[in-house]
Amino acid sequence: MSSKATRQPPTIRIMATSFLVIWLLVAAFPFLWTLWGSFKVEGDFFSKANWANALFGTLTQAETGGSFTGAGYEGAWVQEEFWRAALNTTIVCVFVVTVSLTCGTLGGYALARSTHRYAFWFLLFALMFRAMPPITLVSGYLLPFFEWNLWGHLYTTVIVLVAINQPFTLWMLHSFFKNIPKDLDESAMVDGCTRFQAFRHVIIPVMWPGVITTGLFSFLLAYNDFAVTTMLLSKENQTMIPKIASFLGTTQTKGNVMFAVSAVVSATAPLFVMVMFFQRQIVSGLTAGAVKG
Amino acid sequence: MKHSSFFWFVLPSTLLMLAFIAFPIVSVVSQSFYTAHEQVVVQVKNCGPFGCSMETSVDQEATAALREAEPLGKFAGLDIYKDRNHLAFGEVAAAWVNSDGLPDFGRSLMNLPFYKAMGFTLTYTAVVTPLTILLGFFVAIAVNSVAKALKGPTIFFSLLPMIVTPLVGSLILFWMVDARGILGTGLQWLTDDPNLSVKASTGLMWIMLMVYGVWHAAPFAFVVFYAGLQTVNTDTLESAMVDGATRWERIRFVVVPHLLPLVTFVALIQLMDNFRVFEPIVSFQASAHATSLSYAIYNDLGGETRLLSSAAATSVLTIIGIAILLSPVLVRTWRDFDRK
Repeated sequence: MSSKATRQPPTIRIMATSFLVIWLLVAAFPFLWTLWGSFKVEGDFFSKANWANALFGTLTQAETGGSFTGAGYEGAWVQEEFWRAALNTTIVCVFVVTVSLTCGTLGGYALARSTHRYAFWFLLFALMFRAMPPITLVSGYLLPFFEWNLWGHLYTTVIVLVAINQPFTLWMLHSFFKNIPKDLDESAMVDGCTRFQAFRHVIIPVMWPGVITTGLFSFLLAYNDFAVTTMLLSKENQTMIPKIASFLGTTQTKGNVMFAVSAVVSATAPLFVMVMFFQRQIVSGLTAGAVKG
Repeated sequence: MKHSSFFWFVLPSTLLMLAFIAFPIVSVVSQSFYTAHEQVVVQVKNCGPFGCSMETSVDQEATAALREAEPLGKFAGLDIYKDRNHLAFGEVAAAWVNSDGLPDFGRSLMNLPFYKAMGFTLTYTAVVTPLTILLGFFVAIAVNSVAKALKGPTIFFSLLPMIVTPLVGSLILFWMVDARGILGTGLQWLTDDPNLSVKASTGLMWIMLMVYGVWHAAPFAFVVFYAGLQTVNTDTLESAMVDGATRWERIRFVVVPHLLPLVTFVALIQLMDNFRVFEPIVSFQASAHATSLSYAIYNDLGGETRLLSSAAATSVLTIIGIAILLSPVLVRTWRDFDRK
């Protein structure tokens, strides 16, 4: 800010600030509105009479006696057993992140250290795989999975998500490992370590920042996935996102839309917390280069 | 690194990718050449009090046995690609002959499922990608020029539309533009038309889907450009100022060229991502107005009868589309590597 070239006259400042305020409203308002509305009854959230009902909860007061109601949450979590979906999501995410990071660090390290041409080809193929829309792959899974009785189970989905995740994880970890100086593990090998020992004792202790960032993006991929989970999971094994989608189809009776609204808010909350704590890592991951989550 | 240690290090990833990415692609391609077995029909002599008649009925057991024995179905060659739901050569030729003028031809093309999906996918990609880049760029410039105290919260809130699950994010918007929601009511008030409904109008539905697309993707462009802005050379900026460049000229001739490689990067990523637009169509329940290639596959795979072959053919066509889009990226990566 000290440089004269970057100093702004007041008019530009005001213009920039007002533009930003508008953008922030556009970015954040829908979430706040839905969070607020999720504690109302359907008649208020979708108000025929007056949109301001959603703010003040006129019908909510008439129907339940208070300005806020947790009926939507109770309906979704207890009656429709959303807790089961939340549990499934937790299982899927934990396993996807651990397995894909384990495979990814090994592969990414090797790709970063190998100077042979095949390492480049490997990365090029990974890039091509990265561009495949998951739904096109799903149409290839269904028949073999039915044949071999693999369809519907959580572990199948975990493995599939890990595999779909792999190209991205490899690219990202590969660029992180490139930034760790070669001398580090090479001097360990001069001292008599094998390649794996060097990796185990020298590289693992210093690789955590990159691994955490990559882990965040693996988590996001598993958490946000709809195409794979909706097609490969049986009804009782559904994770949160396909469960929300199924609310839309089945619950058209009065009041049940609020189940979907509160489920949506519940599914957004963990992401909100994650952005709050890991903002720096997410930003660094997005700008890390040729990859994106 | 030695060949053998490289091999052991990449083995787990390689196995996973071969089994769950490379093999499914092969499986999709081969599936697209087969079609489901027809039901086995048998002639049964049915004798009742009024004499005998020949009846045809479906032999369920034989059908099941046949399907069990050859789960791929029977070989159909390129037939599935040529049928009405995919490339529809016959229908396209007929439309070409019968139509008067290009607009009419286009309209009859949009009645064919594959071309309808293709039309929306391409329009979506072509509209959303540049708008995302522009919005991201302006937000980045604006954030760069406000006080430091505002930067943290801005980045936090800007990240939300991108991080939140696409299905959930588009649902949130969809509820707001519902005729009884706040934005829907606002639209009715603006246009002075109390019956206006986004759900009922194809044009509005396309616009809403694209608005969602920009809203969802702009934060990514913003973050990349913002990081790029931090590395703009202040010396160059100052000397441009000394030489008498106005504020706009400084942006035009110093900042934009500096960001240009990032623009290409964001554009390529966005092209790939927008080409597979899928979740918003599910949550907007927009399939009557707009479908995409991914949605067409999803539609074939879901439902009572899983149309595996039809889905497989659409998948192969999608993969071809992706390959065309991806080729510049591959060439660029190739060149970068050769330069090293």
